[in-house]
Amino acid sequence: MEASQFKSNQYVKFCPGCGDHAICMALQKAMAQVGIPTHQTVVISGIGCSSRMPHYLNTYGFNTIHGRGGAIATGVKTSHPELSVWQMTGDGDCLAIGGNHFIHELRRNVDLNICLFNNRIYGLTKGQYSPTSPKGFVSKSSPFGTVERPFIPAELVFGARGTFFARTLDVDMPTTVDCMVQGHQHKGASVIECLVNCVIFNNGTHNWIADREMRAEHSIVLKHGEKMIFGKEKDKGLALDYSQGLIPRLIVVSADDERVLVHDATQKDSTLHRMLAMMGDEGDTTLPIALGVIRNVEEESYDIAVNQQINQVRKQSKATTFDQLTATLEQWDI
Amino acid sequence: MQKQHVVIRFCGDSGDGMQLTGTMFASLSAILGNEISTLPDFPAEIRAPQGTLGGVSGFQVQLGTGIYTPGDQADVIVAMNAAALKVCALGSKFSQAGAKWEERESMFKRDAVIIVDIDSLSAKDLEKALFQTDNPFAELGLPETVQVIPVALTQLTKEALKDMGLDNKAILKSRNMFALGLVCWLFNRPVDKAVAFLENKFQKKPQLIAPNVKVLTDGYNYGNNLALNIQTMNVEKSHELPKGTYTSIAGNKATAWGLIAAAEKCGKRLFLGSYPITPATDIMHELAARKDMGVMVVQAEDEIAGVCTAIGAAFAGDLAATSTSGPGLSLKGEAIGLAVMAELPLVVIDVQRGGPSTGLPTKTEQTDLMQAIYGRNGECPAVVIAASSSANCFDYAYQAAKIALENMTPVILLTDTYLANGTGLWRIPQLSELPAIKPQSVPEECKGNYNPSLRDERGVRYWAFPGMEGYEHRNIGLERDANRGTISTNPENHQRMVLTRQAKIEQVANHIPLLEVQGNADSDTLLIGWGSTEGHLHAAANELGCALVHFNYINPLPKNTTEVLQKYKRLIVCELNSGQFAAYLRSKIAGIHLEQYNEMTAQPFAVDRIVNFVKHTL
Repeated sequence: MEASQFKSNQYVKFCPGCGDHAICMALQKAMAQVGIPTHQTVVISGIGCSSRMPHYLNTYGFNTIHGRGGAIATGVKTSHPELSVWQMTGDGDCLAIGGNHFIHELRRNVDLNICLFNNRIYGLTKGQYSPTSPKGFVSKSSPFGTVERPFIPAELVFGARGTFFARTLDVDMPTTVDCMVQGHQHKGASVIECLVNCVIFNNGTHNWIADREMRAEHSIVLKHGEKMIFGKEKDKGLALDYSQGLIPRLIVVSADDERVLVHDATQKDSTLHRMLAMMGDEGDTTLPIALGVIRNVEEESYDIAVNQQINQVRKQSKATTFDQLTATLEQWDI
Repeated sequence: MQKQHVVIRFCGDSGDGMQLTGTMFASLSAILGNEISTLPDFPAEIRAPQGTLGGVSGFQVQLGTGIYTPGDQADVIVAMNAAALKVCALGSKFSQAGAKWEERESMFKRDAVIIVDIDSLSAKDLEKALFQTDNPFAELGLPETVQVIPVALTQLTKEALKDMGLDNKAILKSRNMFALGLVCWLFNRPVDKAVAFLENKFQKKPQLIAPNVKVLTDGYNYGNNLALNIQTMNVEKSHELPKGTYTSIAGNKATAWGLIAAAEKCGKRLFLGSYPITPATDIMHELAARKDMGVMVVQAEDEIAGVCTAIGAAFAGDLAATSTSGPGLSLKGEAIGLAVMAELPLVVIDVQRGGPSTGLPTKTEQTDLMQAIYGRNGECPAVVIAASSSANCFDYAYQAAKIALENMTPVILLTDTYLANGTGLWRIPQLSELPAIKPQSVPEECKGNYNPSLRDERGVRYWAFPGMEGYEHRNIGLERDANRGTISTNPENHQRMVLTRQAKIEQVANHIPLLEVQGNADSDTLLIGWGSTEGHLHAAANELGCALVHFNYINPLPKNTTEVLQKYKRLIVCELNSGQFAAYLRSKIAGIHLEQYNEMTAQPFAVDRIVNFVKHTL
């Protein structure tokens, strides 16, 4: 299919220069690559800049209420597992007001493709700090800087027993499309954290890696089965250092060092995935920020399990219609 | 002794099996042709300390002919311990030191028969129930007209089971069957019917059949042989019920089954998104067990997710429902607004309980009416209906589904603790005799140019859902353009859409039954009620010789409401709240003068109190 088939007739109203434009195009490309027809594709969103996305996609869409997209998407996918269901959400919609639904859609492992647009700010309400804003962040609602610790979305995903986590960057179209396609292929809840720039209220928040010059040195795109190598000259690698006591830590070594790790996204134990996803936490600049599919583990998805159980019970039941059901009651004639 | 109707209350410790005993006796009576109405009354605590006043669990049933309520006060009491005796005698004053029996507080009548286990009136038992003396009967000041039948229930049960090889705990648990046997004797119930019932009940635990049957039979024979100085009673069979096949059903189960029937009737899958909350949870339990009927239940992470998963399923084309109680309805408010705005079919069941806040979770009240009608942001009309008996919860759940699917709107169905946990006789319908349900669809010519603002001549928007090729569209909780279906902030468009949504709800009145006057239509006085109080109001109207109108359809009101109400001089709205329906009627019928009878005790009405009010207030 062509990306143009997934483009709606609506004028795209993201601010000029907003990272969401790129994500929108990446989505259309990814959906075309996935190839599920538009009438079998559903895009659910909550409220926020990210949640405008369904309007720009020529599929079935539902722009719902703040924070509840995850629960509504769970209802769509569980009742109709044959549909391809995507959830568009942001750091406020997903991690603040919708936090409960987020952790439970992950825990249940509902087969949803969740695009989490992380610009570390509330944009649509015009510039308040969000659950991912760094500590000390100055905004309209934190004029003296926040005193709150932020969420690292990946850490939350692993804590909620998430089975798929990818991270991508608005300006890196190929990685974004690839993460979305892999997220679709994964059966279960797939979180694709898209680091996007809010040009109006939080411009340059991801510059550390978004800047074209610095990206290769400051980030690593992880690929399952491949060595963890990065740098402009592909001269650096990631390895585990066991010299600091009980808990190993990631270190940068030369690319030809035999200790360079090979990425295994399918490893059930999330310890190393977490360490990789946490690189760059709290402004640590010694390690690159991880992009790409960091975790991709197969486990039974909720929607399939629910439907299988119903089918099994129905097969074994003698009464499967209302009249047969009432016949099983203790009853008498008057 | 021949009786038209009789009220029996089984009362004991939470662990004494009173609910089971009561349910069995009620079903047994129904099988023998009586009408029944039951009221379980269990303590809020899961397990209060044994033998204490806080742990008393009761089950009341009225049987006979012309039965509309579980009865105000009991003719027969079965008290399994000292605490139960005290609670029954003193009613709401049971915790007051030195309180004496008073007719208006007591749970039994002045001439009641009380069967009491004397083995459970030891010094220790009396102390737990906070008696001061060793003579509980004298201390309670029971009138001489009350007949006490002291029975050594514990001892007799032990003897009955001595050769059965059961441990002491199991033996004590069977005391309720001895009491049931005795009550069967008192009401001339053939014991073999009860035995058959037990055999059915314990199908999956056959080792329990023999001991229970033995105790039951011994209880029956004990009554028979003892030649107690008491007359057995014959209760008249019903001569009011239409012919048919009947069962006894609780309101929550009837509600669940109404949805199951509706789903099958219209060929949709039933989806329930719900979160546990007293007293609504049994609806979820019942539907979760009905996977054989293809029902899908998601036990959500919270009330909001309960309604939101349902909205998701409705968006995807299912018959979707959510069940809750008052606090949950508050939490669901915003999402119900979304369903109003997106014009999706949705059934919201609110089993009302005492409020506000956590309130009285196990008690009954009609205090969510205003919340159901108005409790959302913006101009947000939804259909509101109310069931009025445990059995007709089935019909109104079915109607809720029908109205939602045919009119693309949320429908809020109000029931309450009293209906939900109480049971009544239900004539079992065949699916074929239930009214047809035609879910809104979309005409073929909309293919390729469909949008969610397109409506039929009734003003009901067409329903297209994922999977349908050529009808892809974006639905929204934002205001949408009346023609194009896309986001709109245009002022005239908003006004037009507000009126469109209102008109869509109002036209539902074309499809609901007209209000009917019950009782003596020629009286000057009209009682007005809604929801679960119909039985009490019907009985009160009969006693007063006045008229009654009872509302099941609240928003919109039946079309002849004003016309009917204006025929009467004296209009009295009776509600278990401070006057919500009265206020609503006043807002709908300009200048109408309404009197109010309101109770806020979180208990069902008593017929006597309504009668007294109407007689003595003018």
